[in-house]
Amino acid sequence: MVSTTPFHPRLSQLNTSGLYTHWQGHLSALRYGDAPKHEYFAVRNSVGIFDTSQLFKYWIRGRDAERLLAGILVRDIRTCRPGRAQYTIWCDDRGFVMEDGVVFRHSPTEFLMTAARPNLGYLASLRGRLQVELEDVTDAYGVLAVQGPRSREVLAELTGDAEALHYFEHNQTKIASAPVTLSRTGYTGDLGYEITVEADQALDVLDAVLAAGDGRGMRPFGEEALMMLRIEAGLPLIDVDFHNSRLAFTDHDRVTPKELGMGWMLRNIDDERAFVGRDAIRRELDQNTSRWATVAIVVDWRDWDRLYRDAGLLPPKDERPLAYESMLYDDAGVHGGYATSFMYSPVLQRHIGLARVHPDLAQPETTVHLELAVNHHNTTVLARTARLPLFNPKRKTA
Amino acid sequence: MNPSRSRTASTYDAIVVGGGHNGLVNGAYLAKAGLRTLILERRPLVGGAAITEELVPGFQFTTFSYALSLLRPDIIHELDLVQHGFMPLMMPSSFHPTQDGDYILLGNDHGLNIQEIRRHSPHDADAYDRYHHDLDRVCQAIRPLFDNPPPNIFGKEPEDLADVSWLLSHLGGIEKKVLHDSVRLLSGSASDWIQDYFENEAVQGYHASSSIIGSKVGPMSQGSGLVMLFHKMGEYDGHLGSWAFHKGGNGGFTQVLARAAASYGAEIRLESPVTAVLTKDGRATGVALDDGTEISAPVVVSALDPRRTFLELVEPRELPSDLVENIERFRFQGTSAKVNFALDGLPTYPALPDTHDQYGGFINIGPTIEYLERAFDDAKYGWYSKRPYIDAAIQSVIDPDMAPPGKHVMSCFVQYAPYHLKGGDWDTERGRFGDTVQAELESRFPGFGDLVLHREVVTPLDIERVTGLSEGNIFAGEFLAPQMYFFRPAPGWSQYRTPIDGYYQCGSGTHPGGCVIGSPGRLASQRIIRDLAD
Repeated sequence: MVSTTPFHPRLSQLNTSGLYTHWQGHLSALRYGDAPKHEYFAVRNSVGIFDTSQLFKYWIRGRDAERLLAGILVRDIRTCRPGRAQYTIWCDDRGFVMEDGVVFRHSPTEFLMTAARPNLGYLASLRGRLQVELEDVTDAYGVLAVQGPRSREVLAELTGDAEALHYFEHNQTKIASAPVTLSRTGYTGDLGYEITVEADQALDVLDAVLAAGDGRGMRPFGEEALMMLRIEAGLPLIDVDFHNSRLAFTDHDRVTPKELGMGWMLRNIDDERAFVGRDAIRRELDQNTSRWATVAIVVDWRDWDRLYRDAGLLPPKDERPLAYESMLYDDAGVHGGYATSFMYSPVLQRHIGLARVHPDLAQPETTVHLELAVNHHNTTVLARTARLPLFNPKRKTA
Repeated sequence: MNPSRSRTASTYDAIVVGGGHNGLVNGAYLAKAGLRTLILERRPLVGGAAITEELVPGFQFTTFSYALSLLRPDIIHELDLVQHGFMPLMMPSSFHPTQDGDYILLGNDHGLNIQEIRRHSPHDADAYDRYHHDLDRVCQAIRPLFDNPPPNIFGKEPEDLADVSWLLSHLGGIEKKVLHDSVRLLSGSASDWIQDYFENEAVQGYHASSSIIGSKVGPMSQGSGLVMLFHKMGEYDGHLGSWAFHKGGNGGFTQVLARAAASYGAEIRLESPVTAVLTKDGRATGVALDDGTEISAPVVVSALDPRRTFLELVEPRELPSDLVENIERFRFQGTSAKVNFALDGLPTYPALPDTHDQYGGFINIGPTIEYLERAFDDAKYGWYSKRPYIDAAIQSVIDPDMAPPGKHVMSCFVQYAPYHLKGGDWDTERGRFGDTVQAELESRFPGFGDLVLHREVVTPLDIERVTGLSEGNIFAGEFLAPQMYFFRPAPGWSQYRTPIDGYYQCGSGTHPGGCVIGSPGRLASQRIIRDLAD
């Protein structure tokens, strides 16, 4: 039977759409009102809240916890001080990405990992003789994302510990007398926080946040708005932009960190730290064998408008992401990649996408041609590659 | 050969002995190819072990086989079955009561399934996807072997050598891990395989039951992996290992096949038991019925099991002695039974007192691997399980035509029930066996007995008597490695021919094997049609 999150009793009262999806066996609001774009603008213009309690959460504790994680995660967890968090990925031994997640370091020996898919069995299988305790605490906590330019002032009203918090830092504080972990993290590419609270105090915290947001344009946002936000922010989503290599049938459905646009995680690949997939990743970098590069694409608005007008149509500007991938061609008409996510960005006023292209098309401003159907005939529209993320306000990290 | 040339008023181009599902599939393909085809069925209805009978007015019983998965998709399309009423209804849930009164309830929502597994073991939550992925990969690798006739590795003809070289090149192309996983499954125990992924006993038990179905193995027996893999080879609309319930039961399905066969011109004659295949100078010439009628045809196809095909329909003296020896030691040793119920209403499961949503598919009474293995222990020593494994399905939940409004039919497939009882016999034990099964259900679903309007106990002996399957083996011969692929039913005779020219075999005792799969019937028809063209 489908479950609900600790915030559900209150958030469901705010969901006038009655629409939910199932996310990992839990109800998850698709949208709260009739316009996901309205919810999206709360995040881009004021502040929005999103219930992300469905994430799997694991305590990884013990003398060798750091050693275990350092041997699995692509980013070097040893460089993550207590009070900081890392967005990271983990790979198979062929150097293909399995999954991604965020690790919060609470102390030298205590880490909380969040991930979109269950991972306890996998972590346990790599534990070997290390002294590490693994605990699934997925249901023990609610996680509330408070995102948007006004998120700081909302939280500042609830705790004195919010304003000083830097990007990807976290601390222990209290909201509505409940002990919480407050972190400068999120999945929107904006200034934002996440509050991790024990399940039985989740509603107290939510009520306090809602009260603090009153008059500040705060509104809850659902999955549709989240998809728009994360595409603009260049954040990949498992099973949409990439797949767990362990569960893929062919290498076509596998990507390396570099191919996924995570080359920035590989800066210290040449140090002494061994982790699953390191040697394969090194080989890929040394031999320059990456098959793809992940880039943003921005559609040429003139060409988009012309294409539809010439066809006797009004050019659509639909912010809802496409549910399928679209092919990309180079100037010679040769297949050069594919867009894994595609939408019209209301803040950028452009059609944008996350795309995987041949490395020789990855240089920003390279022209590519995106396949789409107009009047029930396949055609292409001009687009240009760009660096990720397309939406990257200073406030995100300020 | 131009089939029309041999047509006369009194003869046929091909006679299929046995109107079970493989006989019907075979006859339909032969008729579709233009052969004047006669299908002879001993009973008053076609279907063999895939029948639906109204034993109590308004209640449709799937006496023997009760669900559909392994039917090859090619057959659906090539025989245009949808045109004739093919309708596999979705079974939306899978219910596994656990030893402690809890349950595992899985459905169509992947995220929910993961949470349901995690409820029992956080460790097993991510193993679930890996487990199914690895099984899918093995199925993908094995499928070409499954869906094509086994090469004749003992043959020296160019065709045989080409087949062997195809096989080797296919095997050579399988990824290292997938090939190793295949061998682990084909030769090892399901228990070992499952425990490599899952730590929780209930989760293990849930996955283990398909490793024993129809076979005299326990989940801990080496060889149970093969049985499990065989069942995983099925599919429902592209989902490997998923099952469907055909509208009107599996009898509804074989009626579809009968209509398809008839539409291609095949003639089906009921209540026409064949006593012998007629031969002359090493060639089949027709069949003799038990009333003395003789019907001639240059092609005779036996859809019966290997024992009847080689030792009863023809004279073993006319066959090579190594074949006779192989068939004599071909293992049947049926260990399955059915107990079917007409119910006054749906049973109640105490941990889910307010819902019946758990009854949309299989109800798996076999909480742990140990439970299944102990059930097997009884059978090893010649008796039926004191605490049996039961695969139940209340099909009227999915297809309301199966029972009057508010009433239900419940099919219970039961193991273990060995054909040979040590110090007893099935006619004496029938009632006590039914009571044993009902008591097990009562222990899981208190008040179950009060719902029972009618009970039908089908022992292995009944299966043999009614369907003709030797020793009541539902697969027409055990799924043991030495009885599969090149060796099904005997070395050198895995390509649907027999030593008698014009005499063919197409039953579940041939490759790939049992279940309502249709492949033997289809592959045999291809063999026959090719031979006739030569």
